[in-house]
Amino acid sequence: MPSFATLLRKDTQPVRYLVVDDSVFARKNIIKMVQMFGGEIAGEAGDGLTAIAEYNRTKPDIVLMDITMPQMEGIEAVERIVRQHPDARIVMVSSVGYQENILAALQKGAKHFVQKPVKPEVLYEILRYVLGDEPALAGAPVALAEEQHS
Amino acid sequence: MRMDLIQPFINAADAVFAEALQGPTKIGDFSMEEEAYHRKGVAALIVIKGDIEGRIILDLAPDVALKVAAMLTGAEVVDSEQTVRETVCELANMVIGNSVTLLNDQGYRFKVFPPEIHINDQGLAGSRDTEAMVLGIETTCGNIFLNIAMHHLSRRRRERDAVPSVS
Repeated sequence: MPSFATLLRKDTQPVRYLVVDDSVFARKNIIKMVQMFGGEIAGEAGDGLTAIAEYNRTKPDIVLMDITMPQMEGIEAVERIVRQHPDARIVMVSSVGYQENILAALQKGAKHFVQKPVKPEVLYEILRYVLGDEPALAGAPVALAEEQHS
Repeated sequence: MRMDLIQPFINAADAVFAEALQGPTKIGDFSMEEEAYHRKGVAALIVIKGDIEGRIILDLAPDVALKVAAMLTGAEVVDSEQTVRETVCELANMVIGNSVTLLNDQGYRFKVFPPEIHINDQGLAGSRDTEAMVLGIETTCGNIFLNIAMHHLSRRRRERDAVPSVS
C-alpha cells in the first residue's frame, strides 16, 4: 500500500467520515483507506435511511455513499441529506458508473463520484478536492455536470 | 452468442480482479456450454432483462473466496459460510456494476437483478436460451469462473418467430 500525507480539516482536526454501503466488505475496505489518510470514522450505515439518521447524529465532514442499497438507495439519501444540510459533502462510491447515474447523483447534491473497486490514490485525490485543498483536481464527473448545466 | 455483449463482462471481471486482488490476472480458455451449469464452488447468479437479456454466473471455491475476503478487507476473516456468501456477492456486484457501466454507455438499457447465491449441490438449469460462454480467470487468490449467456432481446424474438408452428 502506498503512504499518504494526512488529510486534515481546516482546523487541523482529523476528517470525520460516514461510510454508507450495504456490503460489510465494501465498508471495511473504505474504512481501511480513510484511516490510512488519517481520518476518523464517525459512523457506518448499510442503507440510505440509516445514513440519514447517522448523518443527523454524527454530523460528519464527508459521507462516502454507495448507490445501490436496500430500503433507500444512495441517490435519494443524498437528496434528503442535502435538503436538510446544504453544506453536506457527499462522495458517491459505486461499481455502477454510467453517466446517467453520476449526473443524477451530482444533480441531487453529491460532490463527486468514485467507481469500485476503489483505488486508494484516486479516493485520496477526490477527498482532497472535496475538502477544498486542491481546486485543480476537478474530475470528469464535475466537468460533466457543469456541461449539463450550461 | 454475441461477443460484443459478452466482452464487457470479461473485460470488467479482468479489471476488477486485477485491481481488487492487487495482482496480475490471466484469462483462461473459453468454451461454449448448453448443459445445466454445475458449480465449482459458491456461485452468484445475476439476471439481466431489457434491451439485452441473459445471466451471468460468477463461481469460486470457498477457500478462494476466503482469500479474496482477506484481500478486500486487508485483515484475517472468519471462515464461515456467511463470509463466503458476502465475498462472492461483493465480487459479483463489482463485476456487474463495471460491465453495466460499459454496456449502458453503449446505449443499452436493462434491469440488473440482485445476485442470487447458490451454495448447495443443485445445478443451475439451462435452456434453449442459455448457450453460455464459460471461462476461468486466474487471480492471485485462485481461479474465478464466469459463465455468461447474453442475447439481444430482438434477436431472441426473431428466433422464436422463426420456429415453424405445428398444425
